[in-house]
Amino acid sequence: MNKTELTCIGCPMGCAVTVEMDGKGGITGVTGHTCKRGEDYARKEVTNPTRIVTSTVMVEGGALEMVSVKTKSDIPKGKMAECVDSLRGVCVKAPVHIGDVIAADIAGTGVDIVATKEVPALVP
Amino acid sequence: MLRLKYQEEKIMQKNYDLVIVGGGPAGLAAAEAARKNGIENMIILERDKELGGILNQCIHNGFGLHTFKEELTGPEYAQRFIDRVKELDIPYKLNTMVMDISEDKKVTIMNREEGLQVLQARAVVLAMGCRERPRGALNIPGGRPAGIYSAGTAQRLVNMEGFMPGREVVILGSGDIGLIMARRMTLEGAKVKVVAELMPYSGGLKRNIVQCLDDFGIPLKLSHTVIDIDGKDRVKGITLAQVDGRGKPIPGTEEYYSCDALLLSVGLIPENELSKEAGVELSAVTSGPVVNESLETNIPGVFACGNVLHVHDLVDFVSEEAAAAGKNAAKYILGNADTDSGEKVIPIIPTSGVRYTVPANIRVEKMEEQLKVRFRVGAVYSKCYVSVYLDEERIIHRKRPVMAPGEMEEILLKKEQLQEHEGLAQITVKIEEA
Repeated sequence: MNKTELTCIGCPMGCAVTVEMDGKGGITGVTGHTCKRGEDYARKEVTNPTRIVTSTVMVEGGALEMVSVKTKSDIPKGKMAECVDSLRGVCVKAPVHIGDVIAADIAGTGVDIVATKEVPALVP
Repeated sequence: MLRLKYQEEKIMQKNYDLVIVGGGPAGLAAAEAARKNGIENMIILERDKELGGILNQCIHNGFGLHTFKEELTGPEYAQRFIDRVKELDIPYKLNTMVMDISEDKKVTIMNREEGLQVLQARAVVLAMGCRERPRGALNIPGGRPAGIYSAGTAQRLVNMEGFMPGREVVILGSGDIGLIMARRMTLEGAKVKVVAELMPYSGGLKRNIVQCLDDFGIPLKLSHTVIDIDGKDRVKGITLAQVDGRGKPIPGTEEYYSCDALLLSVGLIPENELSKEAGVELSAVTSGPVVNESLETNIPGVFACGNVLHVHDLVDFVSEEAAAAGKNAAKYILGNADTDSGEKVIPIIPTSGVRYTVPANIRVEKMEEQLKVRFRVGAVYSKCYVSVYLDEERIIHRKRPVMAPGEMEEILLKKEQLQEHEGLAQITVKIEEA
């Protein structure tokens, strides 16, 4: 049996969570978390770690030059760099609304990139 | 600052019940609470071109878990509050700089459309936020080349303006913004070589060390600082050295890192120039106003909340604190809280590891049924207790596995408990070893 010590990243509390595993990839116990989210994070982190990725893309004709974006749900940790790389050069037309899909199925993860900011069109 | 007394006759003066200085998370939440508690004639003043404050450049996620029970990015969190302010039809002015606040609550403002104006307020909520400690505050030897940025400036450049401040980066200071920028710049293709921290512990949240440094294999060197900056026109490199217990570099530990950018994430300072001019008493520890249970400063009717009061780690707590300030301001305006009716002021004394508390004092009659007292500790503590004493009587003794200066702590005081303690003279908050 081996133990993995983790710091939960589910929220800024940063709980210290311990995951006990049976050595064959099976989880035998999770302790130290203070909410359900913490347990879910710990289980996932030792099997298939994922992250939400945030970035920005350019806007054409908007009141702001850039719009912030995120992956609509978490993607595998190993796909983070590819995700941000494939957003390079992407430019969207204003207006942009929170939740608008900016790029579909990013880096083959099946997850969409959505806007996280309202950017009104520039009134000429 | 200019008080422009001789001109006041000519300047247009408007009357408001409540003027809120700052349209960031604190100002927005204070405005919402004040309106919901009956204040109609009010305005928010914002110097930037949009509401939302610093959240607009904090594009990372992790905001709002306490408030909305979901994980939002900074701009999304801000938008929720902006929407509420708009739904409640609360007026605001953008691109408007507050030039001065006087003790009698005359707020002098300026913008391009209306020029100079004076707003006479009955109550003021200070919600100006904070700013970063600059290089000048650090006494780093070496040249003055281009390429040295505060982490927040770099964040604004990358996230809002689309520029990369450098390709090979060293970060001094492990504050949260520095950690967030280590990840952000790595994802944008830069090589972040090292994060150096003067103290033997990180100034940032644990989760940020995990997901911003560990995830990308960026080393964090504790008890290290920059002792030299190399480069004439542009940074070419920096020298790091380990420091001893008193922060002095240890000879022989020097290491040279080539880089074209140095980011500084070395602390935040509440922005209180306006408060000072108004005669608001400031705390030497927080650099923010000294406030009572209503988050009211020494000037009756002037309230403070958010990072201008004390620097927070979590915007959720800023919103919560600001809502209390807005509600208290509304009470003050509507006369439910008669000013200074001679109630006893009970000081909260921070000691044995507790650096400060907000609020700093309490009028028991004026407090709500429960009052959150927030504080920070001065060092890393493990397996110890947070204790609260009413004079000699210990009323709270709560075990805390770990406490660090980078993470704000809170305790809850109950009005009933304070009232029951006869002849209460002072409240003490301290750390006790197990």
